[in-house]
Amino acid sequence: MIRRTFTKLLAGATLATGLMGTSALAQDDPVRIALVVKALGIGFFEAAAKGAEEAAADLGNTEIIYTGPTDTTAEAQIQVINSLIAQGVDAIAVSANDPDALVPVLKKAMQRGITVISWDSGVAPEGRQMHLNPSSNPLIGNMIIKLAADELPDGGKVALLSATTTSTNQNIWIDEMKKVMGDYPGIELVATVYGDDLADKSYREAQGLMQKYPDLDAIIAPTSVGIVAAAQAVVDAGKVGQVNVTGLGLPSEMAGAIDSGASKSFAIWNPIDLGYSATMIAHALASGDATAEPGAEIPMGRMGSVTLDDDNAGAMADPFVYDSSNIDDFKSIF
Amino acid sequence: MIRKLATRRETLLLGALLLLLAVIATRFPGFVAPSNLADVFNDTAPLILLAIGQMVVILTRCIDLSVAANLALTGMVVAMLNVAVPGLPVAVTLAVALGLGAALGMVNGLLVWKLDIPPIVVTLGTMTIFRGTIFVISGGDWVNSHEMGEGFKAFPRAELLGLPMLSWIAILALAVFSLVMTRTTLGRAFYAVGGNPHAATYTGIDVGRTQFWAFTLSGTLAGLTGYLWVSRYAVAYVDIAGGFELDVVAACVIGGISIMGGVGTVWGALLGALFLGVIKNALPVVNISPFWQLAISGSAIIIAVAVNARAGRDKGRIILKSAEHAT
Repeated sequence: MIRRTFTKLLAGATLATGLMGTSALAQDDPVRIALVVKALGIGFFEAAAKGAEEAAADLGNTEIIYTGPTDTTAEAQIQVINSLIAQGVDAIAVSANDPDALVPVLKKAMQRGITVISWDSGVAPEGRQMHLNPSSNPLIGNMIIKLAADELPDGGKVALLSATTTSTNQNIWIDEMKKVMGDYPGIELVATVYGDDLADKSYREAQGLMQKYPDLDAIIAPTSVGIVAAAQAVVDAGKVGQVNVTGLGLPSEMAGAIDSGASKSFAIWNPIDLGYSATMIAHALASGDATAEPGAEIPMGRMGSVTLDDDNAGAMADPFVYDSSNIDDFKSIF
Repeated sequence: MIRKLATRRETLLLGALLLLLAVIATRFPGFVAPSNLADVFNDTAPLILLAIGQMVVILTRCIDLSVAANLALTGMVVAMLNVAVPGLPVAVTLAVALGLGAALGMVNGLLVWKLDIPPIVVTLGTMTIFRGTIFVISGGDWVNSHEMGEGFKAFPRAELLGLPMLSWIAILALAVFSLVMTRTTLGRAFYAVGGNPHAATYTGIDVGRTQFWAFTLSGTLAGLTGYLWVSRYAVAYVDIAGGFELDVVAACVIGGISIMGGVGTVWGALLGALFLGVIKNALPVVNISPFWQLAISGSAIIIAVAVNARAGRDKGRIILKSAEHAT
């Protein structure tokens, strides 16, 4: 009995604080945009948060809540989103750890009037209003094979080192890459292995590739942990110059591999631009300046605009290539 | 009697290991080349170091789940130290790694000893605290290859008599710990405390204090491995060696170290670690679908443990022959 009364009291108090909070907010009404990432502590997302802050400064009267779980699981991400719903943010921009697991909680958010978009790693269409791809998947798939093929004018053997067998992003890019293999005659894909985004497993898988295919010419790793580990494995095996490591990585993490020659070039979109664009879109949708519907064109400030396809998804820009000529300019940024 | 049993356990495991290598050789002959086996040993060295420490802890009826987090935290600290003070001698780095690892192990040990909290709870807690601390001190940033000094990265790779330092450190640890475990009072105390805590107390051994030293040793080895790991993979971030504590416990269990305490040897830990190391290194080269790899790793652990448990099942000491037949 006592407990029940206490609970009621508590509920009343919470409601009161909530109401007071709302009235206080109403005066200057800042737009609160939550940038939810796969896990805190990943350089890529830290850079995206910088971009989001930049967008907030451009927009004015916008507050960025940069948050995410400490490990890359959907369960932990759901908890984070639940707490954001409880805080009553205006918009949630999420890079999902699982396309389907997050749908129910994001639906709940949309029912409460919160704008929900996904960026980087997408959510199934029913769980978000729109999805911002960093680049288009066909362009990325083409880019990673092109980076390897450009160094192999006479053809050669390449192998893929991916993240986990279930990583949404990597699997799509690999499929797209396989579709355009015909445009690169002489390039043979000999194996696809999975390093699970763990430095030690990726290193071991790269070592295994070099053992199994002594005449391997390139390792393509479309994941930031894998590409660094593969480059280190190539250096340690004394195969710099024979095996070129390429794929997707961050300049700050890959600077050593470019210096040592283990990697000649790699690509990534600019995560700062990505966080910036996601914030711009979330703000436009939350404030009613734009609606997410197929064919709609949503402005993204200095990044131009994005056009949505039938699934309400859009691409930001082409991936950007980094090599010895520009690595020093970018390695201190992200 | 116990020694005889232990020897048999390890012989059996050695046999299983050789059989495993033979099976792998049929699919990829290059795997059993001496140079590749040396590479596999080198790759398994961190697991061996941690398994030795874990063995000592498990002997005293405790468990240390914080080893991988300790490794990651120490690794991050020495990496950041190396960035802050370039050109720091490797000896200093090693001393810092050993010292910090020992201190973190002591935290576990003190909580278990003085506050009498179950070890699994203590180390689950410190595991999360250590990982959180890495995030706090690093701000979530990576320490990358190009930021680390050359000497810092070169040490575990430096070759002596054809083997890298990483391997030599594992060999040194094996030698030191096999001496400590069999020839010193402390070493025997670990067995006594795990075998029968009450009897150990009656013989004047402080159970809590012995467990404290077990955690300290485990922490020290984890700290040392932290530096070696970060320098070998030339990268330090929050999640390095994520989930590695489970591999370490698995290596111990495969190595015939009884989770009930009091039974196990350094050589068992070595063989258990090598068994896992061989599987991990062989799977990428033997043309097995990556989708099956996890299932195969897991099955290998269960089979090894099942075989071990059968071989090591204590048949009990028959005190009264007539009574045995009566029942």
